Amino acid sequence: MSSAVPAVSGTPAPGAAGDPTGRPGPGARRPRRSRRGRETTSGWLFLAPMLVILGLFLVVPVLMALWVSVSDWNGRGSPFAGDVSFVGVDNYRSLLLGGGLATQDFGTALRNNAYYVLLVVPAQTALALFLATLVNRKALRGRGIFRTAFYFPSVTSSVAITVLWLFLFSASGTVNAILARLSITGPNWFNEPRGVLHLLLAQVGVDTAPAALAQHGFLGIPLWEWAAGPSVAMTAFILLAIFTTSGTFMLLFLAALQAVSAEVEEAALVDGANARQRFFRVTLPMLKPTVFTVVTLGLIGTWQVFDQIYTGTQGGPAKTTLTPAYLSYTAAFQNNDWGRGAAIAFILFAIIVLMTVLQRVVLRERTTIPRRKRFHPEGPR
Amino acid sequence: MTAVAEQLPTRARTPRRRPVRSRRRLLATSFTYAVLVVLALVYVYPFLIQVATSFKTDAEAAVDAVSLLPQTWSTAAYERLFLRSDFPLWFRNSVVVTVVVTLGRVFINSLAGYALARLRFRGRGLVFAGLVAVMAVPNVVLLIPKFLVIKQVGIYNSFAGLIIPLLADAAGIFIMKNFFESIPPSVEEAARMDGAGTFRVFWSIVLPMARPALVTLVILSFQGSWNELSHFIVASQDPQLVTLTKGVAQLASGQLSQGTQYPLKLAAAAIMTIPVAVLFFVFQRRIMNQSAGAVKE
Repeated sequence: MSSAVPAVSGTPAPGAAGDPTGRPGPGARRPRRSRRGRETTSGWLFLAPMLVILGLFLVVPVLMALWVSVSDWNGRGSPFAGDVSFVGVDNYRSLLLGGGLATQDFGTALRNNAYYVLLVVPAQTALALFLATLVNRKALRGRGIFRTAFYFPSVTSSVAITVLWLFLFSASGTVNAILARLSITGPNWFNEPRGVLHLLLAQVGVDTAPAALAQHGFLGIPLWEWAAGPSVAMTAFILLAIFTTSGTFMLLFLAALQAVSAEVEEAALVDGANARQRFFRVTLPMLKPTVFTVVTLGLIGTWQVFDQIYTGTQGGPAKTTLTPAYLSYTAAFQNNDWGRGAAIAFILFAIIVLMTVLQRVVLRERTTIPRRKRFHPEGPR
Repeated sequence: MTAVAEQLPTRARTPRRRPVRSRRRLLATSFTYAVLVVLALVYVYPFLIQVATSFKTDAEAAVDAVSLLPQTWSTAAYERLFLRSDFPLWFRNSVVVTVVVTLGRVFINSLAGYALARLRFRGRGLVFAGLVAVMAVPNVVLLIPKFLVIKQVGIYNSFAGLIIPLLADAAGIFIMKNFFESIPPSVEEAARMDGAGTFRVFWSIVLPMARPALVTLVILSFQGSWNELSHFIVASQDPQLVTLTKGVAQLASGQLSQGTQYPLKLAAAAIMTIPVAVLFFVFQRRIMNQSAGAVKE
């Protein structure tokens, strides 16, 4: 049992932090003390540029935005001017409980982004892992070329790739042209607001909302709309995200795979494990920390979709690609409702923190229990 | 084609003893290559299409979105971009911002990383903890707040506003800190004994040793600031300060033009990809340093 523990921990190399106390060394006391004084001065001098910039553009802004989110500032003048007043949690309340347009928009944005996260995170993690195992083989010719091909989309800017996507998925674009050769009529991707789940339900004859789903709602939207799934337009963005991020995460998995020593693999091979068993029972458990990292990064990234929406659809069609990040931007910069914009940003922040913590708990528990079962069927040695 | 090349050594390695097994392995290998080639095509084809379409006429781009060779080669999109639009200005702005941000980040991050890794002083732990906390704040949350501060400080609509906030980079500080911790302190100790000051030790002894980490930092900073969009949106509204990402995004969303004009947009997207692509290919080994250098074939 104890042997399994160190492999799981995702902490950096031990002893990395050094000791903060600054222990006085033996002997040579006087020069050392003067050196310590010098180190204190230069230490703070070295940190000064970083502290000023991080403080001014990270810490202060967050505090300022917290104030704005509980004020009625309209964007004119300073948010600290006398005519700006404290409105308590009004901005938050109108978003979460108001039931008006603000709530509906926010609910729609949350729904859109939730489906995006739900589909992108598992898909990009699985695809990245798959690509990594494919290009990790030692006997593979052209390994470098394949790695380059898979990683390349990750270095391009979100704007450039969105422009490309708008073309590929346009009504007469590349994707539809290829689909047409397979005798499939592709949708008009970025102009199709219908939800994928609704479309699937329509296939089996359900095209109107059941009464229970139509009457009850959450955040100003009927449950039937919550169950719509990502719109076809959003699906194109989902594919875009998987396309661009799988390469980055492939590199993370690749590094981890190379850390799994060949000896372990060989030992499993000698024990008669076949390829599938080796992967699922030996390699994958050893990759758990990396899976954890990739899912965490994925969750944080996918809740912040902004660039693609700004460049591509501006929330359309029918608000089905609206995301909280983009909504926060439009609320503040276009509708001059700065309090609401800031409030959306903080709710988004809370969601991201919550998701990360939740994921941490879920994945941790899964890590320890079945692993031990798998490795030591007769219990720990 | 590569599968054929693979065939020979596989056969040579496993003698005739077990033909069934080697044939099965050959089949598996061919299958792997087939999967890889198809996947690689899926990943590369969009970029080839992008370049090809940028050389097509508007009419042809609308009709034929698949072929990689334009029927009539047209450089109209590029002429329009470079001769009759603000594109060169956007490009210049992006270059200025990216170069300054990259240099600034490298300097500030390595200074801070060195202090956190090596110098012992009161408050270091606190600064480090603060840094970790700051890193947890998502970028999008800072969109509005950054605008507020930029306005308040009076650098809205200026290069300073575009550049200075981007110099804050907690992740880069971590990279440098980790690297400095991996260097044995004995070298610095020797220099210190000789009476060199802290900054001198840092500048002329430690920093040259940190080249690998510095290169990583340059890659990340360059890519990050070249591809940045949201910060530029909130930091200015001056047409003279539009960067590539912002300009092309507005071009794409039709704020600057009418019609689809796919060749024009794709040409713009292709050009803005070139600098990061060059950087990527130059430092490819380092970016994918896992085993790429270790196994020489």
